[in-house]
Amino acid sequence: MTKYILKRILYLFLTLFIIASLTFFLMKMLPGTPFSNQNRMSADQLKIVKAQYGLDQSVGVQYVRYMVGLLHGNLGTSFQFNNEPVTALIGQRLAPSMQIGAQAMIVGTVFGILLGAVAAIRKNTWVDTLATFISILGLSIPSFVLAVLLQFYLAYKWKIYPVALWDNFQSSILPTLALSALPLGTVARFMRTEMVDVMSSDYIELAKSKGNSSWRVVAKHALRNSLIPVVTIIGPMAVSVMTGSMVVENIFSIPGIGEQFVKSITTNDYPTIMGLTIFYSFLLIIVYLIVDILYGLIDPRIRLGNGGKE
Amino acid sequence: MDKILEVKDLHVDFDTYNGTVHAIRGVSFHLNAGETLAIVGESGSGKSITVRSILQLLASNATISKGEILYHGDDLLQKSEKEMNNIRGNKISMIFQDPMTSLDPTMTIGKQVAEPLLIHNNVSKKDAMKRAEEVLRLVGIPNPAARMKDYPHQFSGGQRQRIVIAIAIVDYPEILIADEPTTALDVTVQAEIIDLLRELQQKIGTAIIFITHDLGVVAGIADRVAVMYAGRFVEYGSVEDIFYNPQHPYTWGLLDSMPTLDTNEDARLNSIPGTPPNLLDPPKGDAFAPRNAYAMQIDEEQQPPFFKVSKNHFAATWLLHPDAPKVTPPAAILNRFKKFEQLGGNAK
Ligand SMILES: Nc1ncnc2c1ncn2[C@@H]1O[C@H](COP(=O)(O)OP(=O)(O)OP(=O)(O)O)[C@@H](O)[C@H]1O
Ligand SMILES: [Mg+2]
Repeated sequence: MTKYILKRILYLFLTLFIIASLTFFLMKMLPGTPFSNQNRMSADQLKIVKAQYGLDQSVGVQYVRYMVGLLHGNLGTSFQFNNEPVTALIGQRLAPSMQIGAQAMIVGTVFGILLGAVAAIRKNTWVDTLATFISILGLSIPSFVLAVLLQFYLAYKWKIYPVALWDNFQSSILPTLALSALPLGTVARFMRTEMVDVMSSDYIELAKSKGNSSWRVVAKHALRNSLIPVVTIIGPMAVSVMTGSMVVENIFSIPGIGEQFVKSITTNDYPTIMGLTIFYSFLLIIVYLIVDILYGLIDPRIRLGNGGKE
Repeated sequence: MDKILEVKDLHVDFDTYNGTVHAIRGVSFHLNAGETLAIVGESGSGKSITVRSILQLLASNATISKGEILYHGDDLLQKSEKEMNNIRGNKISMIFQDPMTSLDPTMTIGKQVAEPLLIHNNVSKKDAMKRAEEVLRLVGIPNPAARMKDYPHQFSGGQRQRIVIAIAIVDYPEILIADEPTTALDVTVQAEIIDLLRELQQKIGTAIIFITHDLGVVAGIADRVAVMYAGRFVEYGSVEDIFYNPQHPYTWGLLDSMPTLDTNEDARLNSIPGTPPNLLDPPKGDAFAPRNAYAMQIDEEQQPPFFKVSKNHFAATWLLHPDAPKVTPPAAILNRFKKFEQLGGNAK
C-alpha cells in the first residue's frame, strides 16, 4: 500500500509538471497582455513594466524561470491585486472556498446516498418517484440558477439568510445548498441503480435467509456494496463543484478562489490564472488519490498488497 | 416417524406483465425429522419456488394464493415477518446454487458465518467467532483460524460452497434446504460437497430438502424423492421406488435421460421431447400429456389424482387407474423393474 501511494505521488508531480507546462504555453499563445487595455501608458512605461515582470525575456527563459519558481512553491506575482504573490492570493482565499466546497460535497454525498438508498428500497412506489424527481431536478438545474433562486427567495424576499455576505456559518448555507444540488442528484441516481442491483443479488438473498431483519440487510450488506461504485464518481463530482463554485462565489460575493479566478480572467492576470489552474489541478489529483485509497478500503477485492488472488 | 414439516396444497402465483403465472399449482408433501427428501424436475418446474415459499423468500411479485406450510403443526404462512426471521437461519436454513455470488464480497467470512448466531442467540461476538471457526473446520476449510479474516474472493468455488454450508448449519437448523448446491461446481467437487452434506447430517441430525435436476446425484443422498413437473408433484416415493419402480411417464423420461453405471458409455441419452406448458395458461388436464407418448383421451380433459402404488409411493397418472389399458414402458424402465424384483420389491 505504501509503495502504491508513493508511486501515485510520483505520478502526481509528473502530471503537475505537464499541466504547468501546458498552461504556461497556452497562456503565451493568448493574444493581449494585462496591459493591453491601458492606453495611457507610453511605450517606455510599458517597457519598464514588462522588464519588471520579466516579460522582456524570451519565452524559453520565462518558462524555465516559472518552472524553477514552481519547484520552490512560488507561483509568481500577480499583475494586479497589489502585485501580491499568487500563493498569498490563493492562501487568503482558500478557507471560504474549501469550506463551501467541502460542505457541498458532504451534504450532496450524504443526502444523495440516503435518497438513492430509500428510492431503491422503496422501488416502484411513490417514494421512489419523488426521489427520482428530486435527483433529476438536482441534476438539471445549473448551480448558478439555483444560487440566484435561493438568493431571491430565502435571502431577499423571506430574509432568512444574508443575501451576499461572508462572516459566519449562516452565510455559507445558501452557497452550500446551491452547490450541493448537483452532487446530490448524481449520487442519488447512481446509488439507486447500484442498490437495486445489489438488492437483487444472491448474497442479499442469503443474508435474508439468515434471519436478518430488512433494515439489517440494508445496513450490514447492501449499503457497503452499493457504495463501491459511488466512490468512483466523487472525483468527477469534485470537478463540477469546483467549477460551480466559481460562479456561485461571485453571486454571493464570497471572497474565495473561484471569485478570484473569475476576476483574474477578466483582468488578464496571467500569473494568477496559471497559478490557480495549477492549484485546481493539484486539488483534483489529490481528490482522485483519496478516492482510490477509499475504494481500496471499501472493496477488499482491490485492496492492495493484501495477497488477494484476483 | 416424526413429521416436522408439512406442505399442504401450495399454490404460488406471479404477477407479470403478460398476466398471472401459476408457477405452483397444488403441491403437498411432508418432511420427517432427520431424513433427506430430494425434489427433482426439469428447469422451470417450480422446485426453487416451492422451497422458497417455506421460508417466504419470494420475489415481490409473488403471492402464495393458497395452501398451508405447517412447521411442527404451526402454519408459517400465518407468521409475521419478525416471527419468520426467528425461524430463518435458525430452525430452517438454506444453501443456494451459486457459491460464487452467494457470499457478501465485502465482509470477512468469519463475520458471515458468525452472523446467524449473533442474530438468533444471545452470544458475545467473541463466542460467535469461536463457534464460526469450529464450524469452518467442520465443513473442511483448512486452517480456519487464519482464514476467518479473509474475504470470499480469496477462496475457490468449492471452498466457498463449504462456507455457504457453514453459514447454513452454524445454528444447527432442524431443516436444511439445499437448492441445487452442486450444479455450479465441477464433478469432483460436486461429489465432495454431497459427501460433506451427508456427513453433517449424521453429525447434527438435520433434515435436508435437496433440490436438483440431476437424478444421478439423488441416489447418493436421498431417502425419498419427489418428481416435479409444471408446478405439481407427479410422483413421490422412496429412492428405490422412484429409481426401480417408476410409474409416471415423466419419471420414465427423466430416468431415460440420466446416465447410469449400467448404461454403457456410448449409449445415447434420450432427453424428453417437447417443452413444458406455458404456466400463464396451464392446461386443464395432465400438464405432461402433450409430451407423453402414453397419453390417453382423459389426460387432455382431467388432471389425474395421486394413485397409491405402495405404502409410501404415489404417482399422478391415469395409467394407474384400474380401467386404464396396460402399457409397456420403455425397455430401460423394464430393466429397472427387473432390478426392483431382485431387490425384493413387487414391480407392477
Ligand atoms: N419472479 C418471477 N416472475 C414470474 N415468474 C417467475 C418468477 N420466478 C419464477 N417464475 C416462474 O416460476 C416457475 C418455476 O420457477 P423455479 O425457479 O421454481 O424453477 P426451478 O424448478 O427451480 O428451475 P431451475 O432448475 O432452473 O432452478 C418458472 O416457470 C418461472 O418462469
Ligand atoms: Mg431453481
